[in-house]
Amino acid sequence: MSTPLVLTYVGFLIMAAVAICGGLIAVSARNLIRAALGLILSFVGVAGLYFVLEAEFIAVVQILVYVGAISILVLFAVMLTRGLMRRDLSAQNSQWIAALVVALVLFSALLLVATGTNWKVAETKIAGDLIPKLGEQLMTTYLLPFEAVSLLLLAALVGAIVIARE
Amino acid sequence: MIPLPFYLVIAAALFCVGLYGALARRNAIAILIGIELMLNAVNLNLVAFWRYIKPASPTMDLAGQVFALFVVTLAAAEAAIGLALVIAIYRSRDTVNVEDVDLMKW
Amino acid sequence: MDILNNLFVSLYVWVADLLHGLLGGLGLAKDAEAALVSAIMVLLVITVILLWMVLMVLILIWLERKNAARLQDRVGPNRVGPWGLLQPVADTIKMFIKEDIVPANADKFVHTLAPMVAMMPAVLAFAVIPWGKGMQPVDINIGVLWIVAVASIGTIGVFIGGYGSNNKYSLLGGMRAVAQMVSYEIPQVLTMVPIVLMVGSMSLVKINEAQSGWFGLQWFIFAVPVGPIAFVVYYLSALAEVGRTPFDLPEGESEIVAGYMTEYSGMKWGLFYLAEYFNFFIVCTIAATLFLGGWNGPILPPYVWFILKVYGLILLGMWIRMTWPRFRVDQLMNLAWKVLVPIALVNIVLAGLGLPIFKTIGF
Repeated sequence: MSTPLVLTYVGFLIMAAVAICGGLIAVSARNLIRAALGLILSFVGVAGLYFVLEAEFIAVVQILVYVGAISILVLFAVMLTRGLMRRDLSAQNSQWIAALVVALVLFSALLLVATGTNWKVAETKIAGDLIPKLGEQLMTTYLLPFEAVSLLLLAALVGAIVIARE
Repeated sequence: MIPLPFYLVIAAALFCVGLYGALARRNAIAILIGIELMLNAVNLNLVAFWRYIKPASPTMDLAGQVFALFVVTLAAAEAAIGLALVIAIYRSRDTVNVEDVDLMKW
Repeated sequence: MDILNNLFVSLYVWVADLLHGLLGGLGLAKDAEAALVSAIMVLLVITVILLWMVLMVLILIWLERKNAARLQDRVGPNRVGPWGLLQPVADTIKMFIKEDIVPANADKFVHTLAPMVAMMPAVLAFAVIPWGKGMQPVDINIGVLWIVAVASIGTIGVFIGGYGSNNKYSLLGGMRAVAQMVSYEIPQVLTMVPIVLMVGSMSLVKINEAQSGWFGLQWFIFAVPVGPIAFVVYYLSALAEVGRTPFDLPEGESEIVAGYMTEYSGMKWGLFYLAEYFNFFIVCTIAATLFLGGWNGPILPPYVWFILKVYGLILLGMWIRMTWPRFRVDQLMNLAWKVLVPIALVNIVLAGLGLPIFKTIGF
C-alpha cells in the first residue's frame, strides 16, 4: 500500500517546518542548552525528510548518530563549560549583520539555482529492500572510502581522548 | 512525487541558517552547532539527488546514500574532536568565546 | 482456529471496509477517499496502541508491586478492587491531583520538556512491535535499528531533566544515567547483529517469520551457542539501559535521593515513571521477538504466545530486581566495557563462522 500523495505533502511540510524552526532556534537562542535542543529538533526534522524520501536507513542512522550521540556530546560540552553562561554577553559577535547579509545572499542565489534549473528528474518507484544492496556496495564499489572513513573514526577517537584528557 | 526543488530549497535554507550561526556566534560550541546544521543540509541534498536523479535499475547505484553515510561519520568525528578542543581551551584559558582565542591571529 | 488466529487482522479490515462504505456516501473522488480512509485508519491504530500501552503499564505496575510483596513475604496492595487490581488506577488519580512544583531557579521550559522527551522513545518504539501475525502497526525494513535509534532519544530526556531541575542530585543522576545508557547501548546493539546475520534482514516481521519452523519452536535462543549468549547479554544490558535494579544507579535512593527525578512531582514525575515501565516493556518485547520466536509457538494464537513470552521476561526482570543489590558505578562500567562488549564481539565472530552450520540445521 503506497501512501497517498496528500499525506506525503503533509508529512513533508511538517518535517520541513520542524527542521527549519529547529535550525533557527539553534542559531538564535542565547541559552546554549536551548540552542542544542533546537539543533536536536532540526536533526529530527531532517530524519523525517529522509523518511519522506524513502531513505529509511539514512533516516534511522541520522536519529541514531545525530540525535543519540552528537547532540549528547554537544549537551555535555555545554554542561562542562557552563560557568560562562552566567556572564552577560551578547550571543552574537560584532559581525553578525555581515553574516546575515552573506547568508541571505547565498540563500537567494541557491534559491535561483534550485528553482531555475531544469533538473533531469526521473520518477522512480523503489522496489524491494535496498539495505542489502547498500551493504554490498559499501563492501565493493565504495570499499576504499569506507576504509578511509573507518581509519578517520579511529584517529578521531584517539585524538578526542588525548585532547580532552586532563 | 513531491518536486525536487522543494527539497533543495529546504536544504538551502538550512545551510544558510547554519552558515549564519557559524559566522555570527561568539561561543565556540554554538559555532560547531552551526557547522552541524550545514552538514545536515548537505546530506539532505545528497539523499534528495539520489532519490530523484539516479535512474532506477536492477543494479541501483546508491552513491547518494553511501556518501550521506560518510558525511554522517565525518560529522561525528568532527563533533568529537571539535568539542574536545573546546573543552581543552576552556580548561587552559577559562573561555569558550572565540574572540578571546586569537593568539595565532596576525 | 483460523478466525481466532487472525482475529485482529480481520477486525482491522472490517473497520476499513466500514469506513469505505460510510465515506462512499459522501461522493468524494476516489483518491481523496483512499487518502481519508488511510489517514483515519492510521489515527485509529495509534489510538488503540496508546490505550493498549496504558493498559499494559497499569497491569505491569500492579504486577510489580504484588510480585515484590510476594517475594518479600508480604501481601501487597489488596484494598482497592479485587486483589488490589485497581491500585494503579488509584495511583494515577493521585498523581493527577498532586501539586506540580517547579524549583525557583530551574530552567522552567527545559524542566517541563524533559518528561515529554523521556516518553518519546516508548511511544515511537511501539510503532514497529509485531504483536502477532500481521499485527504490527508499521513494518519497516529496519525495525531493529529503529528500536535502537529511538531508544537513544530517551537519553536526552533524562539529561535535560537532570540539568533543568537545577539541583546537584538531579545533575549527578542525569550524568550517571547518560553514561550508563550510552555504555549499555553498545552491547545491546552488538547482540542484535548475530540475529540480523542469520535472518539477513532487519525487519522485525522477517525475524519472526524466520523462527516459524519446527512447529513454531525454531527460536533463536536454541541456536547454541550464539543464541543463548546473545540473549543473556541482551537481557542484562537491556535491564541496565532502562535502569532497573541492580542497575538503578541513576536514581539510587540511598545515594542521590532520586537522581534526575528528584525535583519532579505530580504528573511530570508520573511521566518519567511511566516511561521507565514502557521502556522495560519494550525491551522485553524486543527480547521476545529476537530470541524467543516472537509470535511463534504451537497451538495457541500468535498474539497470545507473544504476550505470554513478554510477561515471562517481565517476571524474570522483577525477580532479578527483588533479589539483587545495586552495583557500584565502577562495577557497572566494568561490566559493560570489559565483560559484555567483548563477549558480544566474540559472539558476532562465532555467528559469522557458524553461519553455514546454522543454515543447514534450518536457522
